[in-house]
Amino acid sequence: MTPEDTQLLLDAAAVENVLERLAGEIAAPGGDGLLLVGIRRRGVQLAARLASILERAHGIDVPTGSLDITLYRDDLHQIGPMPVIGVTEIPGDITGGRVVIVDDVLFTGRTIRAALQELADFGRPRKIELCVLVDRGGRELPIQADYVGLKVDAGERDLVEVRVPELDDGLSVTLVSATEAR
Amino acid sequence: MNETRRKMELGKDLIGLEHLPGETIRGILDTAEPFKEISERAIKKVPVLRGKTIVNLFFEPSTRTRISFEFAEKRLGADTVNVAASGSSVVKGETLVDTARNLEAMRIDMVVIRHGSSGAAQFLADRIPSNVINGGDGQHEHPTQALLDLLTLRDSFGRIEGLKVCIVGDIVHSRVARSNIYGLRKLGAEVAVCGPRSLIPASIEEMGVQVFTHVEDAIQWSDALNVLRLQLERMNAGFIPSLREYNRVYGVTRRRLEQAPRDVVVLHPGPMNRGVEIDSDVADGPQSVILPQVTNGVAVRMAVLYLLAGGAPERAEEAKKGEA
Repeated sequence: MTPEDTQLLLDAAAVENVLERLAGEIAAPGGDGLLLVGIRRRGVQLAARLASILERAHGIDVPTGSLDITLYRDDLHQIGPMPVIGVTEIPGDITGGRVVIVDDVLFTGRTIRAALQELADFGRPRKIELCVLVDRGGRELPIQADYVGLKVDAGERDLVEVRVPELDDGLSVTLVSATEAR
Repeated sequence: MNETRRKMELGKDLIGLEHLPGETIRGILDTAEPFKEISERAIKKVPVLRGKTIVNLFFEPSTRTRISFEFAEKRLGADTVNVAASGSSVVKGETLVDTARNLEAMRIDMVVIRHGSSGAAQFLADRIPSNVINGGDGQHEHPTQALLDLLTLRDSFGRIEGLKVCIVGDIVHSRVARSNIYGLRKLGAEVAVCGPRSLIPASIEEMGVQVFTHVEDAIQWSDALNVLRLQLERMNAGFIPSLREYNRVYGVTRRRLEQAPRDVVVLHPGPMNRGVEIDSDVADGPQSVILPQVTNGVAVRMAVLYLLAGGAPERAEEAKKGEA
């Protein structure tokens, strides 16, 4: 992989700045009944970061949960051997609360559709919102994010990579162009 | 990711643990972990087997296993039909294959079979295209019971490797014992059996198992005991002199457990004969994991159903790509 084909969109400091801004937007209506739910895997780490900013900068102590949407995928029976499933943890009762779904990249919207279906099995929140670090376009469903860190006009076959220190090397967002991704 | 998946591939059927690699068994146990949580939700159902039809074909009486499978199937969103031997065409003399072919003709996706003959599950699996899961066949295997025992042991100790597990009771007639021995050995546990000589197979050492004839010695040695149900009909067949005698010599009692150098964890696949192979104060005591076994049974069966439903390995590459 040559550096020319990989474009760094956000470095660690830039990601931190974007998360600060997103936390501010999430905090604006107040922290009443707020719950952050990260989609596995990288959404979970981003939700944890947002939660710590919300506590530090806005004095909002927000519980976080994690959601593995594998069992709700609409293509599960087309993909064969079954994927590894992660644990879903939703703290407390979400009914009546304000749930913000957190994910790294918003692309087709199918993951979010699955997440909405899964959340409905845990209760009926007053409101569900969506926060993504990157919106790369390419939606296949009528789903939009409420809080967007960065909009990228990526080609269908391009790869938008979000790295978080807990799972990868460093904190960054990169765009790998299609010819290289193949 | 892809490597992990390949290891977890179960193929079309789950007949027994004898021929499954240790990695695959570990994969099933790992897959069972996230399924535990689903049974704790307000709405205990995920849509992963939506539109799949599963037949529970029970030629032998069973309460726990059948209900456990049925919960697992329903919590994965499948439609299920239970066929019991009594009250079905089986009593009218229909053969196993005819029964299965008729079910196939109704377009089913999976069959869970319990049958009194060893090899019945394999026989069925070879003849129908649906996934077949062995729910216990004769004296051969009962793989999902062993898997839930393994999961419960792993929950208690955090590992299977290096554990000393003794299976106590009627080993010779027990498919639970066989499946447990295969599974435990593959995951690196040390395995022993304990019971009257008349109920222990002559060649058991060839399975890599040691034999205790005194339950006190077994308790001294073990980290965990898996106490099997003494099938009462064995007494009439002359394998043991009397139930009271069995309890006196082989019964797992509080007094005996108190002699152990460590807290021995006690499993029992159920249904229990209290006061025969296990005393009530042990079954209901702090060292018993008998009810967690039942809870884990649903999770492990969900994992097996989930993994068997994922055929089509040629599309694995596509799946990897589609994760964005």
